[in-house]
Amino acid sequence: MHQYILKRLLLMIPTLLGVAVLVFLMLRVAPGDIVELKYAGTGAFAPKEVLDQERAQLGLDKPLWHQFLSWMWGIVRFDFGNSMWTGRPITYEIWIRLELSLELALMATLVAVLLSIPLGTLAALKQDTWVDYFVRIFSIAGLSIPSFWLGIIIILGFLIFVKWLPPLTFTSFWVDPKANLTQLIWPALAVGYRYSAVATRMTRSAVLEVLREDYIRTARAKGLWERVVLTRHALKNALLPVITVIGLEFAFLIGGLVVTEQVFNLNGIGMLFVESITRRDYTMTQALVLLVSFSFIFVNFIVDLLYAWLDPRIRYQ
Amino acid sequence: MPSLLEVRELKTYLTTSQGVVKAVDGISFDVREGETVALVGESGCGKTMSALSIMRLIPRPQASIVGGEIRFQGRDLLKLGEEEMRRIRGAEIAMIFQEPMTSLNPVLSIGRQITETVEAHHPLSKEEARSRALELLQLVGISDPAQRLAEYPHQFSGGMRQRVMIAIALSCRPKLILADEPTTALDVTIQAQLLELMRDLSRRFGVALVIITHNLGVVARYADRVNVMYAGKIIESGTATEIYRAPRHPYTMGLLRSVPRLDQPRKSKLEPIEGQPPDLWNLPAGCSFAPRCRFVVEKCAQEAPPLRQVEDSHHSACWVAETLTQ
Ligand SMILES: Nc1ncnc2c1ncn2[C@@H]1O[C@H](COP(=O)(O)OP(=O)(O)OP(=O)(O)O)[C@@H](O)[C@H]1O
Ligand SMILES: [Mg+2]
Repeated sequence: MHQYILKRLLLMIPTLLGVAVLVFLMLRVAPGDIVELKYAGTGAFAPKEVLDQERAQLGLDKPLWHQFLSWMWGIVRFDFGNSMWTGRPITYEIWIRLELSLELALMATLVAVLLSIPLGTLAALKQDTWVDYFVRIFSIAGLSIPSFWLGIIIILGFLIFVKWLPPLTFTSFWVDPKANLTQLIWPALAVGYRYSAVATRMTRSAVLEVLREDYIRTARAKGLWERVVLTRHALKNALLPVITVIGLEFAFLIGGLVVTEQVFNLNGIGMLFVESITRRDYTMTQALVLLVSFSFIFVNFIVDLLYAWLDPRIRYQ
Repeated sequence: MPSLLEVRELKTYLTTSQGVVKAVDGISFDVREGETVALVGESGCGKTMSALSIMRLIPRPQASIVGGEIRFQGRDLLKLGEEEMRRIRGAEIAMIFQEPMTSLNPVLSIGRQITETVEAHHPLSKEEARSRALELLQLVGISDPAQRLAEYPHQFSGGMRQRVMIAIALSCRPKLILADEPTTALDVTIQAQLLELMRDLSRRFGVALVIITHNLGVVARYADRVNVMYAGKIIESGTATEIYRAPRHPYTMGLLRSVPRLDQPRKSKLEPIEGQPPDLWNLPAGCSFAPRCRFVVEKCAQEAPPLRQVEDSHHSACWVAETLTQ
């Protein structure tokens, strides 16, 4: 098992390297560069020499392989360089936003888990009754309503009915938990509801399938309480596929909440991502893509560990 | 000896897309304390449904018990509440299933699957339950039980899993074990070992055993009494000797000719019964075996023969039971 973990961790390196090469090349294939955009923004005409000088300062005049290697060399020393746009260290720019994004992703996932597992199980147990129909409509609605729209409705609802708005500036949970939660709970609900939909349907079908298994009949034949049959025997097996869905959703939430962040005026990783792409901020975009890829790989790894923990057939392979 | 289990006119029907399937259609049989009774018949004749009806574990919502009584130690199981029934399952009546590969939970250790049964019926501490489980594994002939307790089903062979199922079935010292084709999925040498084991243990603990099988060879060796089932009905019943010596139903005669027998010369030919079992949602009027029967008379197509006495304890549902010749 230890060997397996070590192997998985080492395997992350080639994957991330591949991602790095890809994003590095793709960014440079896109038309326009950061220097042009900067000057175009000012409206002033800049002679070619000025632009070239600016490029040289950012190291963009060097050959591609040189740029790539110096980027890699930096990463090996945990130095991601500075943002080409703001000039501030990338680690700093990401760090101040990561807390918010990570917390929002965690809270939204928690909302999704708390909604989907009980609801999905309930729907399976009451298959084809009004409870089941209600849960199915509830989850289909979650899939069909974009979470930013739900976010807007929440905000409008507050404005119109209670003349109150969630705080607009981010306060760290460690500084003031109450202010922090009153700000983040609303986007977390909007996003969590949407992401519960897939997991709810998954839980429902997994529980239905597991309840038809022979070992459930065995468990009942042993005279176990129905509650034990459900939790110890059915849910433990049914949750395996659900964990994968939830894990991948969590990884996506870290970098993917662009519109929701806009609606709730949150300065998170999603916003930073879009901004740095439109600005052709190469160093920043590269670092963010690596961060998001790493989250996906890491979450996958955690999901596999959970699998092994829950399922002995995998553990003993 | 007093009857432990009395099944009377039990009817279990299933609603399917084809219509109502009369999986169990008015069967009656008794099991006395400590004896071994066989329920024999071809695939699909309703054996599993009968056993599940006794456990009240028929698949819902398709299946329902539409009539009859199942008296166990004098109480009608069909009238019990859910919790009362739960206290009987596993503790008084245990069941061993047909499919050893899928009947144990893959994510729980063998030990847990034994101890949870004991804990559901007796207030035992963790250690007591564990030592009970250890004892049971030894009893069913699993070597190195202390280590095996911590292992999972996928680390056991089919035969070993079925031994674990036997251990689970015995764990609360039930009065009755329903064994639904416990060895069908296993190879022949293992089948014999398991059947011997079940016979020895049931004798030792005085447990009555209902063996469900389609193999009359098994019946001959292990059963005291036999009930032959065809299309949801019991069509012949009697002691194992009666049925072997002089079967009184054409279907039973066919079954006997289709399996190798120790009391016949090796060379005698095996003949499968011709034709297919009828569709249970579309039974012919009259005797449901008539379309496949060599002895059919006019009356067979008109009226279903009732199960009636032909000798002491020997019953047959055939109009011409007395005149049948081998
Ligand atoms: N879940 C179900 N839904 C619909 N029909 C079913 C279901 N289970 C069983 N049946 C039908 O009920 C009848 C009796 O089935 P049962 O399982 O009792 O047969 P069996 O005698 O145990 O056969 P086998 O030797 O194959 O185990 C069969 O005709 C089968 O098609
Ligand atoms: Mg069966």
